[in-house]
Amino acid sequence: MPTENLLSIKDLVLHFNTQKGPVQAVDGVFFDLGYKEAVVVLGESGCGKSSLAKALLRLLPRNVSKYGGQVYLEGNEIMGMDEEQFRQNIRWVRMSLVPQAAMNSLNPVLKVGDQVAEPMIVHHGVKKEEAYNQAAKMFQHVGVPVDFLDRYAFELSGGMRQRVAIAMALVTAPALVILDEPTSALDVLTQANIFNVLKRLKKELEVSFVLITHDIATSSELADRVAVMYAGQIVEVSDAHRFFSEPLHPYSRMLMASVPRLRANVEPEFITGQPPSLLNPPKGCRFASRCPKRFAKCTEEPPVANVDGIQVKCWLYTS
Amino acid sequence: MTTRDVLLSIQDLHVWFELRRFGFGHAGYVKAVDGVTFDLHYGETIAIVGESGCGKTSLMKTILGINKPTRGKVIFDNKDISAFHAEDLRLYRSKIGYVQQDPFGALAPFMNIQRILEEPLIINGIKDPAERERRVRKVMEEVRLSPPDDFLHKYPHMLSGGQQQRVVIARAIILEPQLVVADEPVSMLDASVRVEILKLLRGLQEKYKLAVIYITHDLSTVRYFSERVFVMYAGNVVEKAPVNSIVHNPKHPYTQALMDATSDPDADNALKYRELPAGEPPSLVNPPSGCRFHPRCPQRIENLCDVEEPQDLQADDHLVACWLYK
Repeated sequence: MPTENLLSIKDLVLHFNTQKGPVQAVDGVFFDLGYKEAVVVLGESGCGKSSLAKALLRLLPRNVSKYGGQVYLEGNEIMGMDEEQFRQNIRWVRMSLVPQAAMNSLNPVLKVGDQVAEPMIVHHGVKKEEAYNQAAKMFQHVGVPVDFLDRYAFELSGGMRQRVAIAMALVTAPALVILDEPTSALDVLTQANIFNVLKRLKKELEVSFVLITHDIATSSELADRVAVMYAGQIVEVSDAHRFFSEPLHPYSRMLMASVPRLRANVEPEFITGQPPSLLNPPKGCRFASRCPKRFAKCTEEPPVANVDGIQVKCWLYTS
Repeated sequence: MTTRDVLLSIQDLHVWFELRRFGFGHAGYVKAVDGVTFDLHYGETIAIVGESGCGKTSLMKTILGINKPTRGKVIFDNKDISAFHAEDLRLYRSKIGYVQQDPFGALAPFMNIQRILEEPLIINGIKDPAERERRVRKVMEEVRLSPPDDFLHKYPHMLSGGQQQRVVIARAIILEPQLVVADEPVSMLDASVRVEILKLLRGLQEKYKLAVIYITHDLSTVRYFSERVFVMYAGNVVEKAPVNSIVHNPKHPYTQALMDATSDPDADNALKYRELPAGEPPSLVNPPSGCRFHPRCPQRIENLCDVEEPQDLQADDHLVACWLYK
């Protein structure tokens, strides 16, 4: 298996059982991520972004009906590991998560310092003082004053709580951190501040990020690579420079055109129609019903074409 | 009535909320809105931009007659709304529509769409059910929930976020108001739907010559929607300017910071850090003396900004509350 990639996902599948039948939340996701890189997973709500985060960390609810595929982390296949191996060696050791609305997921009755130190005690078996020192170090990295260790979550502002959640994910020095909508509930200035912190962490701690978001404009603050998700599938994986100047997949193009811009005077366009239900997604290309460029072939499942290193799941790019 | 007559006039408005210690002792005020003055003309659209906690929602609720002003006046159509009592207030509220931020939270889950849209008509005394249904159908066509028969008997949870927001907009305009207050109408929606809803609102605004107050924290959407922009910080309006002028040439250091922090999609963003003012917005119980932005301001003038409160100063076509423009 290639080891030059930190993370390599192949054909990841996660389906849920519901009363109405299986929901294909993640259905054949693939992308690679190098060391010290950040990949942005872009998509609308309900396209399976958060399920992807859960699938990677194996934080699964009980109604999973199908869970499979291959995930290589630092060269090791992690999907085949049993639960105990995964808990001891992967989750929060090599790969951790900043959950959606993380600032509201802190425990209100514990001091934030205790919460940030806890993963060190659990996973590395260190003494409490040492874990506290490590937590203090992380606080400095994310820009929270060290004396905040003794505070409770309600004593901190939204931006500070978000930083604490990031510190919690970083305290065990993982190689990969998954950020699920890290700034969606924050103000513009706080948001820009958090992205400054993340950029600095990427350099200083040599950590990689998977940034899951629907906000295209701010996602460009961190992106080295971009993966676009639509209806449970990846439709384009591209390099950030090429993606933000000229995306290839029709969905990516329309998504880019829908972004209101502050500095350029272009009228944003919207995408008509709605994403398909994941209960019973259409055969063939899932975007076909909204696509302005569809043609006869789109009723068949499109292959993943490789256009100068950009992977696009679209019939337009097959020769 | 010409289009340049004043519809709504806010005069030195203060909205303070009293803090109580142990439920009765006085412990100061939260000065949510602290001296705001502006005029809104017939058919004009303005945007109020600011971070959470800057008082924009309190300002809006005072305009809607939910909060009582502590000092100052809200004059709508030459009438002071604080003098209104039950019947006047109902009539006043029928002239202003309100588009909430979270459409799902704003729609009663146990009412179907027809019932939701009929409610304002019932309250305002339209007794004939056939007439009510005619108007409900008409307004649904306006917001492009068509054909109406597909939606009339659905409940809010059966609709997508964009459709729910259309219902909220339909409810806001069904009484043909003169003013619509839209509080972050698109912040809960997906990127692709966001533009659709903004365009819908703009279309309705142009068609009915509505006056709109668009409240947002997202500067990148204001230029598609408003003629003038007011920037609020810690209970004060710090800058008032026409939209194009503010986008290309922000004057107040806080507005400049907001502009700097707003990203456009560009891969080069990842290569550089953004310059941002340090710190966080101040407490509204005990705001800083002088200019409220001075502790965070990179361009502050010592012994002036921290002592004296800045007046509204004219700089080009902007009104800026900043000593730099004296």
